Amino acid sequence: MSTMTDPQPQGFRLGMLISDTRYRSYTFQFIALILLIVSIAYLISNLFANLAANGLDISWAFLGEPAGYDINQRPIEYTSQSTHARASMVGAINTLIVAFLACVSATVLGVIAGVLRLSNNWIVSKLMSAYVEAFRNVPVLIWILIIFLAMSNAFPQPRAFRGETPDATMLFDAVAFTNRGVYVPSFVNGAGSAIFWLVLLASIIGVFAYRRYAKNLLFKTGKLLPTGWPSLAILIVPSLLMYFVLGQPVTLEYPELKGFNFQGGVHMRLSLIALWFALAIYTGAFIAENVRAGILAISKGQTEAAAALGMRPGRIMNLVILPQALRVIIPPLISQYLNITKNSSLAIAVGYMDITGTLGGITLNQTGRAIESILLLMLFYLIISLSISAIMNVYNNSVKLKER
Amino acid sequence: MSDTHAQSVAFVRTTEIPPAPPPTMETGAIKWIRENLFSSVLNTVLTVLALYFVIRGVIAVGPWMLNGVWNTGSLRECREVLDGTNAACWSVLTERWNQLLFGFKYPPEFYWRPTVAFVLLLVAAAPVLFNALPRKMLILTAIYPFLAYWLIWGGTIITPIFAALGFVAAYFAFTNGERMYGFFLGLVAGVGAALITWFIGGIIADAMPGSMLEAVPSRDMGGFMLNMILGTVCVSLSIPLGIVLALGRQSNMPIIKGICVVFIEFVRGVPLITLLFVANVVLAYFFPPGTNLDLILRVIIMITMFSAAYIAEVIRGGLAALPKGQYEAADSLGLDYAQSMRLIILPQALKISIPGIVNVAVGLFKDTTLVSVISMFDLVGMIRGPILSSTDWTGIYWEVFIFAIVLFFVVCYGISQYSQWLERQLATDHR
Amino acid sequence: MKKSVLFGALAAAGMTAGVAGAATLDDVQARGVMNCGVTTGVPGFAEPDANGVWQGFDVAVCRAVAAAVLGDSTAVEFVPTTGKTRFTALASGEIDMLARNTTWTFSRDVDLKFEFTGVNYYDGQGFMVPASLGVTSAAELDGATVCIQTGTTTELNLADFFRSNNITYEPVPIETGSEAVQLFLAGSCDVYTTDRSALAAQRANFPAPDDFVVLPEVVSKEPLGPLVRHGDNEWGDIVRWTLNALITAEELGVTSDNIEELSAGTNNPEINRLLGSEGTLGEMLGLDAEWAKRAIAAGGNYGEVFEGNIGAATNIGLARGLNAQWTDGGLIYSPPFR
Repeated sequence: MSTMTDPQPQGFRLGMLISDTRYRSYTFQFIALILLIVSIAYLISNLFANLAANGLDISWAFLGEPAGYDINQRPIEYTSQSTHARASMVGAINTLIVAFLACVSATVLGVIAGVLRLSNNWIVSKLMSAYVEAFRNVPVLIWILIIFLAMSNAFPQPRAFRGETPDATMLFDAVAFTNRGVYVPSFVNGAGSAIFWLVLLASIIGVFAYRRYAKNLLFKTGKLLPTGWPSLAILIVPSLLMYFVLGQPVTLEYPELKGFNFQGGVHMRLSLIALWFALAIYTGAFIAENVRAGILAISKGQTEAAAALGMRPGRIMNLVILPQALRVIIPPLISQYLNITKNSSLAIAVGYMDITGTLGGITLNQTGRAIESILLLMLFYLIISLSISAIMNVYNNSVKLKER
Repeated sequence: MSDTHAQSVAFVRTTEIPPAPPPTMETGAIKWIRENLFSSVLNTVLTVLALYFVIRGVIAVGPWMLNGVWNTGSLRECREVLDGTNAACWSVLTERWNQLLFGFKYPPEFYWRPTVAFVLLLVAAAPVLFNALPRKMLILTAIYPFLAYWLIWGGTIITPIFAALGFVAAYFAFTNGERMYGFFLGLVAGVGAALITWFIGGIIADAMPGSMLEAVPSRDMGGFMLNMILGTVCVSLSIPLGIVLALGRQSNMPIIKGICVVFIEFVRGVPLITLLFVANVVLAYFFPPGTNLDLILRVIIMITMFSAAYIAEVIRGGLAALPKGQYEAADSLGLDYAQSMRLIILPQALKISIPGIVNVAVGLFKDTTLVSVISMFDLVGMIRGPILSSTDWTGIYWEVFIFAIVLFFVVCYGISQYSQWLERQLATDHR
Repeated sequence: MKKSVLFGALAAAGMTAGVAGAATLDDVQARGVMNCGVTTGVPGFAEPDANGVWQGFDVAVCRAVAAAVLGDSTAVEFVPTTGKTRFTALASGEIDMLARNTTWTFSRDVDLKFEFTGVNYYDGQGFMVPASLGVTSAAELDGATVCIQTGTTTELNLADFFRSNNITYEPVPIETGSEAVQLFLAGSCDVYTTDRSALAAQRANFPAPDDFVVLPEVVSKEPLGPLVRHGDNEWGDIVRWTLNALITAEELGVTSDNIEELSAGTNNPEINRLLGSEGTLGEMLGLDAEWAKRAIAAGGNYGEVFEGNIGAATNIGLARGLNAQWTDGGLIYSPPFR
């Protein structure tokens, strides 16, 4: 269009706004803009007319008022006297907690299922297809509800653990499965525990450093260092030494049945577990498909070439196929993480106090500030989504095939 | 050859040796089992483990399912009949069958209406899904939305007839107007003609309230029927909207592109449930004072917006996948934007985006269960609300949820198998 | 031709959008149906029966208003609302009145701009526990897991109660009452808390009601009543005086059985004014003279409605208690019809 020679300049006529391609786009955009402004103005004026008719207003003051309700899972300090803003923050952190847990487990599950689905073991690959199809084709809400209801009905009550011959016993005397959630031991940090944790952290870094060194050595000299047992040794030996040198600074606190419930340890609530597992299993099925597609996208020649070099199947997968497949797998994987975060809003179905449960739930109900609360709620999810998309773009640019 | 050596050897076999059967280890089931199940130590371990779990699962679930009770009135009765044996109480399904499918308020004497609408849906969707079917069946597809509306909601038949007439009028006004005044004014003429027809239809419908089918308010819709209604209505409404959004996002007019990008990214960035909250508690504030859309309509608006954004992204993928030559060829033929899109670009782009659209549709259909969170009684809402809380069936959950799983699985798996089939069909075209 | 089409379209668009808001009474009468917000299901108070017909104590108030305004107690569209949606539904005009176990509080009346038109049930929040737990007082509930229905004043009262008694608890918030009950029955919580009327109603539906006890503590005042939007006082008056008519009818001994007989005229001028055989009370409300007669005939007077839906004879079995007439030592008291 633009390469055509311009027609002879002539006087501008009104009709050219429609008929001339040079001006037409301005006309259309102008009309679109006017329509948009008019319709937004119409909606907003309706909003204000409705609010005025009911004597209401838009105000954010409620965020600073005491919330008045309690939240069971409090990653940060919170009482019923804290503000609504604080309650929303607790909810936001709870959202991130369940999203993080679900992302990690969905990835593990998805990679295993995706790889096994391509296994040449017929029964295993069929089992994995059944898993993928069963979970992909049923709404996640149903899975959340089923896990929640099944656990609350099938697991014993805390009371069942009581008495001389209890109906239920704790696993290894440390983990209690009850219909209110799972109680696991927690760490109690004594004097000098900080040193112990630092040593542990250093050992983990040491493991990675050793593996890197071994890899470099392999690439440079072809000498293959063992990685399995030295890694384990680096990880365990210094920490264990430190643990006893410092006189066992970190102890485990076991959950104990006191009063109505177990006390002590970490309480993973039923709602958290139901949401976490359901999201992980459901999204795992999608990730399995992404992983499978990524692996299939790598041409068979790569596998054959690696096999011709004499590599074992495990190494072919780890060193040749997966690194290439990751380029294909990661973008859809990240959008699955996004889906997990968004689907975690279904927490409201099982009473998990995420941000939909606090800000979009009880705060909204108690204050009646529907417009403000929902606006904030959307903003929260929007920020998360946009930041994940931004990360994805950075990644995509960094792994783009660099053609030389 | 045979001439020269005929006498030099004592025996020449003149017939071929019949092929010997391969060793038993290399044939049939044994070979298959060996290669597919026990090819290595790891595989053997996996096979044994998998077999163990499958058999354990079948032993645990099989009798429970098969020995289930089908004809008792309540969970207590069912438990008495079972007398301690561990088996399912399927009678919740037989007793609440209609509630699960139609909700608890749809008049029972009219159950045939949604059923007919559902059967017709299969017929109407067929020519769209399968190219091999005669194209004339598309007429039925075009009539279907109005017919289905009338069947399910009832009321006077004048409303759907005029709704359809509006589209017919719009079509004629558009084709004539486009021929005479170009695409844009043709579009205006089309919209105008439709509005006039609907306006006249509204007056006539008000004047003649006599109805052939008794009207059922949309608040009375429920059960799996509600999921089907929401799914089909929202998907079919969001496809045209998605096309417009995708074209807008690809357009080189910055303002229009900006509007589309903001809309798409906003909708895709928030969970559906927040949009449903908007439909439920906020949307009413944005309508003029005094107007009143019922909840199902508000939910349809929000879900349509939601799926339109996703479909727009799929179609954008299709548009981007077309070779640039197609755009340039269309331009070089002297086609204007509307013509080149309508005749050259969209037919191809839509064709390659169909599998993606079908995937979005499946996802959307599954997401319709979310309406149970805002106190609508769809299939999941019926189970969570009236059924699980009724005195008769408190404490049952596996049976009803298995039923829900089966229903959704059948529909979604069917659609996704279709999508895969279609992908294979389309793949041949590109070879 | 072009222009006429364009104008036609604009005119049509203008017509469809221009539905102006009018007074609620006119709207309801024009529509022929009253929209009444109720719960999604609390036995005895509002619940659809097996045929999908709504029944219950709150429902009866809606039916009485519909009978007074429209002359037909079945001309009610019941809109189930949750704790989250009820106020928006009322504020946005989706429903004309809300009769949904809603507690009359300062902030709802003043800040949310609603008008409570009276109290049809005086309630208080209580606790229910399994009898096997051996708990006799709510003060012993330290560390207990408590199931609450969200979106009510319940969770605020609960937080206050435990805070002021300096004991801890683990809240399990659930969106609907029925799901909270399911969890409670499965033993996922030790305590179920809500208004005592609802506790009694739900306990009546348990498979084994005797295995559960309602603790004696009443931790809050919960005056429950119907409400309408601020600003439409005529409509508010109709709802208020319909409720008062039911209460006065019980006080004066007007029942659904003798109402035909009494409406012919009696020696008691207040009955005559109530039933429209004397005075112009109906006209003042913008209704006809027999409005109250129809409202009472729809489901009986307050006492009949109470006994029929939640009273001692029903399986919910609530005693009148605070909800007895003031003459019997209760709080139910109607201003005079004069």
